[in-house]
Amino acid sequence: MESLSNRKKVLEQKPMTVTEKMYLPAIFNGLSITMRHFFKKKPTILYPEQKREFGREFRGLHVLRRDEQGRERCTACGLCAVACPAEAITMVAGERKKGEEHLYREEKYAVTYEINMLRCIFCGLCEEACPKEAVFLQNDKTAPPRFERDEFIYGKDRLVEPLERADSKENIKYRY
Amino acid sequence: MEIPALAIQALIILAIFGITLLIATYCTWAERRIAGFLQDRPGPNRVGPWGLGQPLADAVKLFFKEEFIPATANKWLFIAGPSLAMLTALMSSAVVPFGNTILSDEFGAIRIQGIEVNIGMLYIFGVVSLGVYGIMIGGWASNNKFSLLGAIRAASQNISYEIALGLSLIAVLMMTGTLSLREIALQQAEPLFGISGMNWNIFYQPLGFIIFLTCAFAETNRTPFDLPESEAELVGGYHTEYGSMKLGLYLFAEYVNIIVVSAVMSTLYFGGFNFPFQNEIGALLSSDPKVAHNIITVMGIGVFFLKIFAFIFFFMWVRWTLPRFRYDQLLNLGWKGLIPLSIINIILTGTAILLSEHFGW
Amino acid sequence: MTGNLFYFLTFLTLFAALGVVFSKNPVYSVLCLILTFFTLSGHYILLNAQFVAAVNIIVYAGAIMVLFLFVIMFLNLNQETEETQHKSTLMKVAGVISGGLLLVIMIAVLKDAELGAVDTANFNSQIGLVENLGQLLFTKYLLPFELVSVLFLSAMVGAVMLGKKETQQRHF
Repeated sequence: MESLSNRKKVLEQKPMTVTEKMYLPAIFNGLSITMRHFFKKKPTILYPEQKREFGREFRGLHVLRRDEQGRERCTACGLCAVACPAEAITMVAGERKKGEEHLYREEKYAVTYEINMLRCIFCGLCEEACPKEAVFLQNDKTAPPRFERDEFIYGKDRLVEPLERADSKENIKYRY
Repeated sequence: MEIPALAIQALIILAIFGITLLIATYCTWAERRIAGFLQDRPGPNRVGPWGLGQPLADAVKLFFKEEFIPATANKWLFIAGPSLAMLTALMSSAVVPFGNTILSDEFGAIRIQGIEVNIGMLYIFGVVSLGVYGIMIGGWASNNKFSLLGAIRAASQNISYEIALGLSLIAVLMMTGTLSLREIALQQAEPLFGISGMNWNIFYQPLGFIIFLTCAFAETNRTPFDLPESEAELVGGYHTEYGSMKLGLYLFAEYVNIIVVSAVMSTLYFGGFNFPFQNEIGALLSSDPKVAHNIITVMGIGVFFLKIFAFIFFFMWVRWTLPRFRYDQLLNLGWKGLIPLSIINIILTGTAILLSEHFGW
Repeated sequence: MTGNLFYFLTFLTLFAALGVVFSKNPVYSVLCLILTFFTLSGHYILLNAQFVAAVNIIVYAGAIMVLFLFVIMFLNLNQETEETQHKSTLMKVAGVISGGLLLVIMIAVLKDAELGAVDTANFNSQIGLVENLGQLLFTKYLLPFELVSVLFLSAMVGAVMLGKKETQQRHF
């Protein structure tokens, strides 16, 4: 049959030569290759004891940052939710009451702020979109495995960074 | 035989039995570990130090799995299959000489061997030829097309390679002039080029050894000849329908077969329990010839097991290196390659024996 | 001890041999036949004929019966095919007649047969060992031995002839 693409190649199967029929040279060749691998250093990382180093650019679990005085930076503008390609972020905005100035930096704040970690693709677009530098993806934490689906919806209780960490030294790196 | 001598013999048999099973258990661990190392990964290393508890964990798993017999299977033969495989595998270790004699004042010379028969080689050959029944019966009783294909492949493969195996043994027989494995091992204790315990048959029978080795791979159904259980085309071959400890027995029997074949190869070609400079070492350690003999015997047992381990390692090394043969290649190699080669080997050996007798070499 | 072993083995041999004839499933028949060979090998060992015992197991149980089992597994005969097979009355009558004739002949032969007396004084109990058997085969019985090997060779050539591909014939 004429080949349509004209690129057909007929593979020629030559009969085996005497050395090939003996099989032994090829067998010894193969055995020496595997023996070399036997003594090679294994690249395996023994996971629970050893952990792979995350890169500086690694995008892991989200955090809602506080400012220098421990006030939440988020103003619930919703830009992160709009930017999110996976639609993982939902929030409810609320107005700051009198006497809550030490809690929230702006007059508007997020009453609830939820990220569904099953939807999230950790692309970091929320981080880019945030005008207040409130949401960040940490480079040293990952979302741990859990047994129930609703446990993967992270609320403010798990996202907002603890007060005592707000001014700690390692947090400086988030502030350019 | 008196009662104490009989008791000692029973003890030796029990010890051989136990050690064989223990080594077979740890073969499963070694296989996976070696497979891992050859593929640049560590292999099972979680259960105990270096993963040494893995065989126990596997055994517990297999014992507690559901005992399942397919509805259309032949119930009795389905159970008889793995039992026969295990029986024939264990039977052959009876005549292998694991060590020389231990001289004692009370009991005389105690042989480190199950039973000494003067047809040891024929016994091994007979038991090996029976090994295929376990696979065939199990494969047929499963009432499954894949199992039946595996069983039939096993039958024709074993029959084909038994011939070459027997013919390569005949060359050794002609050289040594005895069928007893102990005699063959003792003959190899002679000095070669002034080194005692180095008169190994491998130096006289290299071609015969390669033929025997190839046939040993085929008889134990190991890669590159593991066509009866080739998982790529036959699901699991003869043990497709098997689960729990019945499957475990099949896998176990394979390892026991490897151990026995390794032991036979060490005895026939690699000097058995003899090791280089054994007389000098014995004379160095003790001036009393009796004590020296016993020391050499004990060391010889260790050396023999080292040889077995080396062969087991080789079996595993080959398994994780070579791909499987195609079935026509397998039969062509057996009938057109190995059988003529082994006949040539017999002729060569006969000629060499005649010449050496004629010229008094 | 040996006498009891003999009776035990004989019982087992007859039991297995009857099993060959009476079992409905051909695979069971073959397995019984294998058991028969084993018990016969046991008898050989009792007679101090180790070589014959080992060769009996290697050749019959290890090779020929494997091929028997092989073929029967291929044919996939079982109890149903055996039972549904129609046997005509003519066949039954013919079977009875030929069986009866065989019985008559056997009785006639055994009636006049005499067991050769065992010469216990000159009896060599080591005759069945490998060396003695080999000596005998290659000296006293050399011609029959070689003739048998020629017979085997011709049988092998015939088998190769039958199995060979013919030029026009297509095999798949």
